[in-house]
Amino acid sequence: METVLIEASFRKKLFTATGELTLDVNFAVQQGEMLSLFGPSGVGKTTILRILAGLTEADEGFLRVGNDVWFDSAKKINLPARKRPVGYMFQDYALFPNMTVRENLRFAQPAHDIRHLEELLELFDLTTLQHRKPDVLSGGQRQRVALARALARKPEILLLDEPLSAIDPQFRAKLQDEILEMHRRFGVTTLLVSHDLPEVFKLCSRVLMLEAGKIVKQGNPYNLFGENKISGKVQLMAEVLRVEKEDIVGILTLMAGNTLMKVAVCDQERQNYRVGDKVVIISKAFNPVIRKIS
Amino acid sequence: MDREFIETLLLTLKLAGITSVFLLIISIPMAAWLAFGKSKIRALAETLITMPMVLPPSVLGYYLLVAYSPSHFPGSWLKQLFDIQLAFTFPGLVVGSVLFSLPFMISPVQAGFRNLPGSLREASSTLGKSKFVTLFRVLLPNIKPSLVTAIVLSFAHTIGEFGVVLMIGGNIPGITRVASIAIYDEVQALNFQQADRYAFILFMVTFVLLLVIFAFNRKNSSWKPF
Repeated sequence: METVLIEASFRKKLFTATGELTLDVNFAVQQGEMLSLFGPSGVGKTTILRILAGLTEADEGFLRVGNDVWFDSAKKINLPARKRPVGYMFQDYALFPNMTVRENLRFAQPAHDIRHLEELLELFDLTTLQHRKPDVLSGGQRQRVALARALARKPEILLLDEPLSAIDPQFRAKLQDEILEMHRRFGVTTLLVSHDLPEVFKLCSRVLMLEAGKIVKQGNPYNLFGENKISGKVQLMAEVLRVEKEDIVGILTLMAGNTLMKVAVCDQERQNYRVGDKVVIISKAFNPVIRKIS
Repeated sequence: MDREFIETLLLTLKLAGITSVFLLIISIPMAAWLAFGKSKIRALAETLITMPMVLPPSVLGYYLLVAYSPSHFPGSWLKQLFDIQLAFTFPGLVVGSVLFSLPFMISPVQAGFRNLPGSLREASSTLGKSKFVTLFRVLLPNIKPSLVTAIVLSFAHTIGEFGVVLMIGGNIPGITRVASIAIYDEVQALNFQQADRYAFILFMVTFVLLLVIFAFNRKNSSWKPF
Protein backbone atom coordinates (compact mmCIF):
# COMPACT_ATOMS: atom_id res chain seq x y z
CA MET A 1 0.00 0.00 0.00
CA GLU A 2 1.60 3.23 -1.11
CA THR A 3 1.15 6.31 1.00
CA VAL A 4 1.49 9.88 -0.14
CA LEU A 5 4.32 11.64 1.68
CA ILE A 6 4.47 15.00 -0.05
CA GLU A 7 1.54 16.99 -1.35
CA ALA A 8 2.59 20.18 -3.06
CA SER A 9 0.79 22.89 -4.92
CA PHE A 10 2.42 26.26 -5.32
CA ARG A 11 3.11 29.19 -7.59
CA LYS A 12 6.07 31.50 -7.81
CA LYS A 13 7.17 34.18 -10.23
CA LEU A 14 10.72 33.58 -11.40
CA PHE A 15 13.06 35.95 -13.15
CA THR A 16 15.28 33.86 -15.37
CA ALA A 17 17.87 34.62 -18.02
CA THR A 18 15.21 34.23 -20.68
CA GLY A 19 12.64 36.45 -19.00
CA GLU A 20 9.84 36.17 -16.51
CA LEU A 21 8.34 32.78 -15.80
CA THR A 22 5.59 31.60 -13.50
CA LEU A 23 6.31 28.35 -11.78
CA ASP A 24 2.95 26.72 -11.21
CA VAL A 25 3.06 23.11 -10.09
CA ASN A 26 0.88 20.60 -8.38
CA PHE A 27 2.19 17.16 -7.52
CA ALA A 28 2.31 14.38 -4.97
CA VAL A 29 5.19 12.10 -4.04
CA GLN A 30 4.78 8.61 -2.60
CA GLN A 31 6.65 7.45 0.47
CA GLY A 32 9.95 5.87 -0.55
CA GLU A 33 9.71 6.90 -4.17
CA MET A 34 12.65 8.05 -6.30
CA LEU A 35 11.21 10.81 -8.43
CA SER A 36 12.93 12.88 -11.07
CA LEU A 37 12.26 16.48 -12.06
CA PHE A 38 13.27 16.50 -15.68
CA GLY A 39 13.53 19.30 -18.19
CA PRO A 40 15.83 21.82 -19.82
CA SER A 41 17.63 24.37 -17.66
CA GLY A 42 15.72 27.43 -16.51
CA VAL A 43 12.29 25.81 -16.17
CA GLY A 44 12.22 25.93 -12.38
CA LYS A 45 13.44 22.46 -11.37
CA THR A 46 15.92 23.72 -8.81
CA THR A 47 13.38 26.23 -7.50
CA ILE A 48 10.97 23.38 -6.75
CA LEU A 49 13.65 21.67 -4.64
CA ARG A 50 14.47 24.96 -2.92
CA ILE A 51 10.82 25.56 -2.07
CA LEU A 52 10.57 22.05 -0.64
CA ALA A 53 13.69 22.66 1.47
CA GLY A 54 12.48 26.09 2.63
CA LEU A 55 15.37 27.96 1.00
CA THR A 56 12.99 29.84 -1.29
CA GLU A 57 9.50 30.96 -0.40
CA ALA A 58 6.67 30.35 -2.87
CA ASP A 59 4.35 33.27 -3.63
CA GLU A 60 1.27 31.22 -2.84
CA GLY A 61 0.16 27.64 -2.31
CA PHE A 62 0.78 24.93 0.22
CA LEU A 63 3.17 22.11 0.99
CA ARG A 64 2.24 19.23 3.22
CA VAL A 65 4.65 16.48 4.25
CA GLY A 66 3.16 13.56 6.14
CA ASN A 67 0.80 15.14 8.64
CA ASP A 68 2.68 18.42 8.88
CA VAL A 69 2.09 21.62 6.95
CA TRP A 70 5.45 23.08 5.94
CA PHE A 71 4.09 25.97 3.95
CA ASP A 72 0.67 27.50 3.57
CA SER A 73 0.44 31.01 2.17
CA ALA A 74 -3.21 31.38 3.21
CA LYS A 75 -2.41 30.59 6.85
CA LYS A 76 0.95 32.35 6.70
CA ILE A 77 2.79 29.18 7.70
CA ASN A 78 6.37 28.81 6.54
CA LEU A 79 8.52 26.35 8.43
CA PRO A 80 12.13 27.60 8.37
CA ALA A 81 14.64 25.50 6.42
CA ARG A 82 16.47 24.35 9.53
CA LYS A 83 13.29 22.80 10.97
CA ARG A 84 12.52 20.74 7.85
CA PRO A 85 13.93 17.21 7.99
CA VAL A 86 15.40 17.23 4.49
CA GLY A 87 18.78 16.31 3.12
CA TYR A 88 19.75 18.69 0.33
CA MET A 89 22.59 18.05 -2.02
CA PHE A 90 23.67 21.25 -3.73
CA GLN A 91 24.94 21.47 -7.27
CA ASP A 92 28.29 22.79 -5.98
CA TYR A 93 28.06 20.30 -3.07
CA ALA A 94 28.57 23.11 -0.51
CA LEU A 95 30.97 21.06 1.59
CA PHE A 96 32.41 23.04 4.48
CA PRO A 97 36.07 23.67 3.57
CA ASN A 98 37.14 24.13 7.19
CA MET A 99 36.00 20.64 8.18
CA THR A 100 37.33 17.22 7.24
CA VAL A 101 35.05 14.69 5.54
CA ARG A 102 34.25 13.14 8.90
CA GLU A 103 33.61 16.53 10.50
CA ASN A 104 31.29 17.51 7.66
CA LEU A 105 29.20 14.40 8.35
CA ARG A 106 29.43 14.81 12.09
CA PHE A 107 28.27 18.46 11.83
CA ALA A 108 25.20 17.28 9.94
CA GLN A 109 24.11 14.89 12.69
CA PRO A 110 21.65 16.31 15.22
CA ALA A 111 23.10 13.98 17.86
CA HIS A 112 26.37 12.11 17.72
CA ASP A 113 25.70 8.68 16.26
CA ILE A 114 29.00 6.98 15.54
CA ARG A 115 27.42 3.83 14.13
CA HIS A 116 25.43 5.69 11.49
CA LEU A 117 28.45 7.85 10.69
CA GLU A 118 30.69 4.82 10.19
CA GLU A 119 27.99 3.17 8.11
CA LEU A 120 27.81 6.19 5.80
CA LEU A 121 31.60 6.44 5.51
CA GLU A 122 31.72 2.79 4.56
CA LEU A 123 28.77 2.85 2.15
CA PHE A 124 30.24 5.75 0.21
CA ASP A 125 33.76 4.39 0.35
CA LEU A 126 35.01 7.36 2.36
CA THR A 127 36.69 5.60 5.27
CA THR A 128 40.19 6.21 3.94
CA LEU A 129 39.36 9.82 3.06
CA GLN A 130 37.61 10.71 6.31
CA HIS A 131 40.37 12.92 7.68
CA ARG A 132 40.92 14.89 4.47
CA LYS A 133 39.55 18.35 3.79
CA PRO A 134 37.15 18.71 0.83
CA ASP A 135 39.48 20.84 -1.30
CA VAL A 136 41.92 17.95 -1.83
CA LEU A 137 39.18 15.58 -3.04
CA SER A 138 38.21 14.83 -6.63
CA GLY A 139 34.79 15.72 -8.00
CA GLY A 140 33.46 12.22 -7.57
CA GLN A 141 34.74 11.99 -4.01
CA ARG A 142 33.11 15.31 -3.13
CA GLN A 143 29.87 14.12 -4.61
CA ARG A 144 29.97 11.08 -2.35
CA VAL A 145 30.72 13.23 0.70
CA ALA A 146 27.84 15.56 -0.18
CA LEU A 147 25.46 12.63 -0.55
CA ALA A 148 26.64 11.07 2.71
CA ARG A 149 26.29 14.40 4.50
CA ALA A 150 22.76 14.90 3.18
CA LEU A 151 21.88 11.51 4.67
CA ALA A 152 23.69 12.07 7.96
CA ARG A 153 20.75 13.75 9.65
CA LYS A 154 18.45 10.87 8.63
CA PRO A 155 16.14 13.05 6.54
CA GLU A 156 12.57 12.21 5.60
CA ILE A 157 13.17 13.59 2.14
CA LEU A 158 16.34 13.67 0.09
CA LEU A 159 16.66 16.45 -2.49
CA LEU A 160 19.41 16.04 -5.09
CA ASP A 161 20.12 18.97 -7.38
CA GLU A 162 21.83 17.63 -10.52
CA PRO A 163 24.00 15.37 -8.41
CA LEU A 164 26.11 14.09 -11.27
CA SER A 165 26.34 17.08 -13.56
CA ALA A 166 29.96 17.83 -12.67
CA ILE A 167 31.18 14.24 -12.94
CA ASP A 168 33.08 12.69 -15.82
CA PRO A 169 30.88 10.30 -17.79
CA GLN A 170 33.03 7.27 -16.96
CA PHE A 171 32.44 7.76 -13.23
CA ARG A 172 28.77 8.51 -13.56
CA ALA A 173 27.64 4.92 -13.79
CA LYS A 174 29.42 4.05 -10.55
CA LEU A 175 27.95 7.02 -8.72
CA GLN A 176 24.51 6.25 -10.08
CA ASP A 177 24.94 2.77 -8.64
CA GLU A 178 25.81 4.32 -5.31
CA ILE A 179 22.69 6.47 -5.35
CA LEU A 180 20.62 3.40 -6.13
CA GLU A 181 22.29 1.42 -3.37
CA MET A 182 21.73 4.28 -0.94
CA HIS A 183 18.06 4.41 -1.90
CA ARG A 184 17.69 0.68 -1.54
CA ARG A 185 19.36 0.69 1.87
CA PHE A 186 17.70 3.71 3.47
CA GLY A 187 14.47 3.84 1.48
CA VAL A 188 14.36 7.58 1.84
CA THR A 189 11.94 9.45 -0.43
CA THR A 190 14.13 11.11 -3.04
CA LEU A 191 13.61 13.91 -5.54
CA LEU A 192 16.30 14.30 -8.13
CA VAL A 193 16.77 17.16 -10.58
CA SER A 194 18.29 16.05 -13.84
CA HIS A 195 18.45 16.79 -17.50
CA ASP A 196 20.28 13.62 -18.34
CA LEU A 197 17.99 11.01 -19.86
CA PRO A 198 20.02 7.85 -19.20
CA GLU A 199 20.35 8.92 -15.57
CA VAL A 200 16.60 9.33 -15.19
CA PHE A 201 16.01 5.94 -16.80
CA LYS A 202 18.46 4.24 -14.53
CA LEU A 203 17.53 5.84 -11.24
CA CYS A 204 13.93 6.91 -11.17
CA SER A 205 10.63 5.13 -11.08
CA ARG A 206 8.67 8.24 -11.94
CA VAL A 207 9.36 11.48 -13.77
CA LEU A 208 7.78 14.91 -13.67
CA MET A 209 8.58 16.54 -16.97
CA LEU A 210 8.75 20.33 -16.75
CA GLU A 211 8.47 22.95 -19.40
CA ALA A 212 8.33 26.69 -18.74
CA GLY A 213 7.36 26.32 -15.11
CA LYS A 214 4.61 23.74 -15.64
CA ILE A 215 4.50 19.99 -15.29
CA VAL A 216 3.66 18.92 -18.81
CA LYS A 217 3.85 15.14 -18.42
CA GLN A 218 4.38 12.64 -15.68
CA GLY A 219 4.74 8.92 -15.48
CA ASN A 220 7.37 6.24 -15.59
CA PRO A 221 10.38 7.13 -17.70
CA TYR A 222 9.91 4.36 -20.21
CA ASN A 223 6.37 5.36 -21.12
CA LEU A 224 7.25 9.02 -21.08
CA PHE A 225 10.32 8.96 -23.28
CA GLY A 226 9.87 5.76 -25.21
CA GLU A 227 6.47 7.07 -26.35
CA ASN A 228 5.49 3.60 -27.56
CA LYS A 229 4.19 0.94 -25.27
CA ILE A 230 6.40 -2.08 -24.72
CA SER A 231 6.60 -3.88 -27.98
CA GLY A 232 8.61 -6.51 -29.75
CA LYS A 233 11.40 -4.04 -30.31
CA VAL A 234 14.59 -3.23 -28.50
CA GLN A 235 14.93 0.47 -27.90
CA LEU A 236 17.98 2.36 -26.77
CA MET A 237 18.25 6.06 -26.08
CA ALA A 238 21.46 7.53 -27.46
CA GLU A 239 23.24 10.69 -28.39
CA VAL A 240 24.92 11.34 -31.73
CA LEU A 241 28.65 11.90 -31.25
CA ARG A 242 29.86 11.88 -34.83
CA VAL A 243 28.37 11.79 -38.33
CA GLU A 244 30.59 10.49 -41.16
CA LYS A 245 30.31 9.36 -44.74
CA GLU A 246 31.94 6.12 -45.75
CA ASP A 247 31.60 5.19 -49.42
CA ILE A 248 27.91 5.09 -50.10
CA VAL A 249 26.66 4.82 -46.52
CA GLY A 250 26.63 7.14 -43.56
CA ILE A 251 28.08 6.07 -40.22
CA LEU A 252 26.72 7.48 -36.96
CA THR A 253 28.78 7.13 -33.80
CA LEU A 254 26.37 6.91 -30.91
CA MET A 255 26.62 6.86 -27.16
CA ALA A 256 23.93 4.83 -25.44
CA GLY A 257 24.42 4.90 -21.68
CA ASN A 258 28.13 4.29 -21.37
CA THR A 259 28.47 2.30 -24.56
CA LEU A 260 29.87 3.65 -27.80
CA MET A 261 28.49 2.10 -30.98
CA LYS A 262 28.43 2.64 -34.69
CA VAL A 263 25.30 2.39 -36.76
CA ALA A 264 25.10 2.52 -40.53
CA VAL A 265 22.41 4.62 -42.20
CA CYS A 266 21.81 5.40 -45.85
CA ASP A 267 23.63 8.44 -47.08
CA GLN A 268 20.48 10.45 -47.61
CA GLU A 269 19.32 9.78 -44.06
CA ARG A 270 22.76 10.72 -42.72
CA GLN A 271 22.10 14.35 -43.61
CA ASN A 272 19.27 14.52 -41.06
CA TYR A 273 21.59 13.98 -38.11
CA ARG A 274 23.74 16.47 -36.28
CA VAL A 275 26.22 15.93 -33.45
CA GLY A 276 24.38 16.21 -30.14
CA ASP A 277 21.02 14.98 -31.50
CA LYS A 278 19.12 12.67 -29.16
CA VAL A 279 18.03 9.54 -30.97
CA VAL A 280 16.31 6.30 -30.24
CA ILE A 281 17.85 3.12 -31.65
CA ILE A 282 15.24 0.54 -32.49
CA SER A 283 15.96 -3.04 -33.33
CA LYS A 284 13.55 -5.87 -34.04
CA ALA A 285 13.23 -8.34 -31.18
CA PHE A 286 14.78 -11.11 -33.30
CA ASN A 287 17.92 -9.17 -34.08
CA PRO A 288 19.78 -8.62 -30.80
CA VAL A 289 22.20 -11.26 -29.65
CA ILE A 290 21.98 -11.61 -25.89
CA ARG A 291 24.64 -13.16 -23.66
CA LYS A 292 24.57 -13.64 -19.95
CA ILE A 293 27.51 -12.01 -18.15
CA SER A 294 26.76 -12.66 -14.51
CA MET B 1 62.39 60.73 30.13
CA ASP B 2 62.61 57.03 29.28
CA ARG B 3 59.82 56.17 31.67
CA GLU B 4 57.59 58.57 29.79
CA PHE B 5 58.70 57.07 26.48
CA ILE B 6 57.73 53.56 27.63
CA GLU B 7 54.49 54.83 29.17
CA THR B 8 53.47 56.51 25.92
CA LEU B 9 54.19 53.39 23.88
CA LEU B 10 52.31 51.15 26.31
CA LEU B 11 49.35 53.52 26.26
CA THR B 12 49.37 53.43 22.47
CA LEU B 13 49.36 49.63 22.42
CA LYS B 14 46.66 49.52 25.12
CA LEU B 15 44.44 51.85 23.12
CA ALA B 16 44.97 49.86 19.90
CA GLY B 17 44.40 46.54 21.69
CA ILE B 18 41.22 47.55 23.50
CA THR B 19 39.88 49.25 20.37
CA SER B 20 40.51 46.14 18.26
CA VAL B 21 38.76 43.87 20.76
CA PHE B 22 35.69 46.12 20.90
CA LEU B 23 35.71 46.46 17.12
CA LEU B 24 35.88 42.70 16.60
CA ILE B 25 32.91 42.13 18.90
CA ILE B 26 30.66 44.73 17.26
CA SER B 27 31.88 44.27 13.68
CA ILE B 28 31.11 40.57 13.20
CA PRO B 29 27.33 40.92 13.67
CA MET B 30 27.32 44.21 11.75
CA ALA B 31 29.30 42.77 8.84
CA ALA B 32 27.04 39.70 8.76
CA TRP B 33 23.99 41.97 8.67
CA LEU B 34 25.51 44.09 5.87
CA ALA B 35 26.53 41.02 3.85
CA PHE B 36 23.40 38.88 4.29
CA GLY B 37 20.62 41.18 5.53
CA LYS B 38 17.71 42.28 3.40
CA SER B 39 16.95 45.59 5.11
CA LYS B 40 16.63 48.65 2.90
CA ILE B 41 18.61 50.85 5.27
CA ARG B 42 21.79 48.86 4.66
CA ALA B 43 23.04 51.38 2.09
CA LEU B 44 22.65 54.18 4.63
CA ALA B 45 24.36 52.17 7.36
CA GLU B 46 27.23 51.27 5.02
CA THR B 47 27.69 54.93 4.10
CA LEU B 48 27.87 56.02 7.74
CA ILE B 49 30.28 53.23 8.63
CA THR B 50 32.57 54.03 5.70
CA MET B 51 32.55 57.82 6.29
CA PRO B 52 35.54 57.84 8.70
CA MET B 53 37.69 56.44 5.87
CA VAL B 54 37.36 59.62 3.83
CA LEU B 55 36.27 62.24 6.36
CA PRO B 56 39.07 64.48 7.70
CA PRO B 57 39.83 63.09 11.18
CA SER B 58 39.53 66.57 12.61
CA VAL B 59 35.88 66.71 11.49
CA LEU B 60 35.06 63.45 13.29
CA GLY B 61 37.11 64.65 16.27
CA TYR B 62 35.26 67.94 16.36
CA TYR B 63 31.81 66.30 16.36
CA LEU B 64 32.91 63.84 19.03
CA LEU B 65 34.21 66.68 21.16
CA VAL B 66 30.86 68.44 20.80
CA ALA B 67 29.03 65.21 21.65
CA TYR B 68 31.27 64.60 24.71
CA SER B 69 30.67 68.12 26.06
CA PRO B 70 28.92 67.99 29.45
CA SER B 71 26.96 71.14 28.60
CA HIS B 72 24.55 69.34 26.23
CA PHE B 73 23.25 65.96 25.09
CA PRO B 74 24.59 63.23 25.04
CA GLY B 75 27.58 64.34 27.11
CA SER B 76 25.34 65.90 29.78
CA TRP B 77 23.25 62.73 29.98
CA LEU B 78 26.32 60.54 30.48
CA LYS B 79 27.59 62.92 33.14
CA GLN B 80 24.29 63.02 35.05
CA LEU B 81 23.39 59.33 34.87
CA PHE B 82 26.76 57.62 35.09
CA ASP B 83 29.10 60.42 36.05
CA ILE B 84 31.15 59.61 32.96
CA GLN B 85 33.10 62.26 31.17
CA LEU B 86 34.57 61.29 27.82
CA ALA B 87 36.40 64.38 26.67
CA PHE B 88 40.16 64.21 27.37
CA THR B 89 39.90 60.78 28.99
CA PHE B 90 41.07 57.32 27.95
CA PRO B 91 37.52 55.85 27.59
CA GLY B 92 36.70 58.82 25.35
CA LEU B 93 39.70 57.91 23.18
CA VAL B 94 38.52 54.30 22.94
CA VAL B 95 35.04 55.41 21.77
CA GLY B 96 36.59 57.75 19.20
CA SER B 97 39.05 55.11 17.95
CA VAL B 98 36.31 52.51 17.61
CA LEU B 99 34.25 54.85 15.42
CA PHE B 100 37.30 55.96 13.46
CA SER B 101 38.59 52.45 12.73
CA LEU B 102 35.17 50.85 12.22
CA PRO B 103 35.39 50.67 8.40
CA PHE B 104 38.81 49.02 8.59
CA MET B 105 37.36 46.17 10.62
CA ILE B 106 33.97 45.86 8.93
CA SER B 107 34.97 46.05 5.25
CA PRO B 108 37.31 43.04 5.14
CA VAL B 109 34.94 40.90 7.24
CA GLN B 110 31.96 41.89 5.10
CA ALA B 111 33.91 41.18 1.89
CA GLY B 112 34.95 37.81 3.33
CA PHE B 113 31.32 36.89 4.05
CA ARG B 114 30.23 38.01 0.59
CA ASN B 115 32.89 35.96 -1.16
CA LEU B 116 31.70 32.74 0.45
CA PRO B 117 29.31 30.78 -1.76
CA GLY B 118 25.73 31.27 -0.56
CA SER B 119 25.26 27.51 -0.64
CA LEU B 120 27.44 27.13 2.48
CA ARG B 121 24.95 29.08 4.58
CA GLU B 122 22.02 27.32 2.94
CA ALA B 123 23.63 23.91 3.46
CA SER B 124 24.08 24.66 7.13
CA SER B 125 20.43 25.66 7.51
CA THR B 126 19.20 22.55 5.67
CA LEU B 127 21.31 20.58 8.15
CA GLY B 128 19.19 22.10 10.92
CA LYS B 129 21.72 24.61 12.23
CA SER B 130 20.79 28.02 13.65
CA LYS B 131 22.24 31.27 12.32
CA PHE B 132 24.45 31.48 15.40
CA VAL B 133 25.94 27.99 14.88
CA THR B 134 26.33 28.69 11.16
CA LEU B 135 28.22 31.92 11.91
CA PHE B 136 30.67 30.38 14.36
CA ARG B 137 31.12 26.90 12.89
CA VAL B 138 30.85 27.53 9.15
CA LEU B 139 31.22 31.19 8.18
CA LEU B 140 33.92 32.59 10.48
CA PRO B 141 36.32 29.61 10.17
CA ASN B 142 36.19 30.01 6.39
CA ILE B 143 37.08 33.70 6.36
CA LYS B 144 40.16 33.53 8.60
CA PRO B 145 42.34 35.54 6.19
CA SER B 146 39.72 38.32 6.16
CA LEU B 147 39.56 38.28 9.96
CA VAL B 148 43.34 38.54 10.28
CA THR B 149 43.39 41.39 7.76
CA ALA B 150 40.59 43.18 9.62
CA ILE B 151 42.16 42.84 13.07
CA VAL B 152 45.65 43.84 11.98
CA LEU B 153 44.43 46.75 9.84
CA SER B 154 42.27 48.23 12.58
CA PHE B 155 45.02 47.71 15.16
CA ALA B 156 47.58 49.44 12.93
CA HIS B 157 45.15 52.15 11.98
CA THR B 158 44.42 52.91 15.65
CA ILE B 159 48.15 53.16 16.39
CA GLY B 160 48.50 55.62 13.54
CA GLU B 161 45.55 57.87 14.29
CA PHE B 162 46.37 61.47 15.05
CA GLY B 163 43.63 63.97 14.25
CA VAL B 164 40.84 62.40 16.27
CA VAL B 165 43.07 61.79 19.28
CA LEU B 166 44.35 65.34 19.24
CA MET B 167 40.82 66.75 19.12
CA ILE B 168 39.19 64.61 21.81
CA GLY B 169 42.14 63.48 23.92
CA GLY B 170 44.63 66.26 23.84
CA ASN B 171 48.10 65.44 25.07
CA ILE B 172 47.89 64.34 28.70
CA PRO B 173 50.90 62.12 29.54
CA GLY B 174 49.85 58.66 30.72
CA ILE B 175 46.18 59.25 29.91
CA THR B 176 45.70 60.39 26.34
CA ARG B 177 49.21 61.00 25.04
CA VAL B 178 49.77 58.34 22.39
CA ALA B 179 52.88 57.91 20.24
CA SER B 180 51.62 59.73 17.17
CA ILE B 181 50.81 62.79 19.29
CA ALA B 182 54.12 62.52 21.10
CA ILE B 183 56.06 62.74 17.83
CA TYR B 184 54.26 65.95 16.95
CA ASP B 185 54.85 67.31 20.45
CA GLU B 186 58.55 66.46 20.50
CA VAL B 187 59.10 68.08 17.12
CA GLN B 188 57.30 71.20 18.35
CA ALA B 189 59.74 71.25 21.26
CA LEU B 190 62.65 70.78 18.79
CA ASN B 191 63.40 67.48 20.54
CA PHE B 192 64.24 65.62 17.36
CA GLN B 193 66.09 62.74 18.94
CA GLN B 194 63.05 61.66 20.91
CA ALA B 195 60.74 62.17 17.90
CA ASP B 196 63.09 59.98 15.92
CA ARG B 197 62.73 57.10 18.40
CA TYR B 198 58.93 57.29 18.35
CA ALA B 199 58.83 57.50 14.57
CA PHE B 200 61.17 54.54 14.11
CA ILE B 201 59.12 52.35 16.46
CA LEU B 202 55.81 53.25 14.78
CA PHE B 203 57.37 52.60 11.40
CA MET B 204 58.62 49.17 12.42
CA VAL B 205 55.40 48.15 14.17
CA THR B 206 53.34 49.07 11.10
CA PHE B 207 55.78 47.29 8.80
CA VAL B 208 55.73 44.08 10.85
CA LEU B 209 51.93 44.10 11.16
CA LEU B 210 51.41 44.45 7.43
CA LEU B 211 54.04 41.78 6.80
CA VAL B 212 52.05 39.46 9.07
CA ILE B 213 48.89 40.03 7.00
CA PHE B 214 50.55 39.35 3.68
CA ALA B 215 52.52 36.35 4.92
CA PHE B 216 49.46 34.82 6.59
CA ASN B 217 47.12 35.38 3.66
CA ARG B 218 49.64 33.97 1.23
CA LYS B 219 49.80 30.79 3.26
CA ASN B 220 46.06 30.53 3.86
CA SER B 221 44.69 31.63 0.53
CA SER B 222 40.99 32.07 1.09
CA TRP B 223 38.12 30.01 -0.32
CA LYS B 224 38.75 28.35 -3.65
CA PRO B 225 35.57 27.39 -5.46
CA PHE B 226 35.58 23.70 -6.29
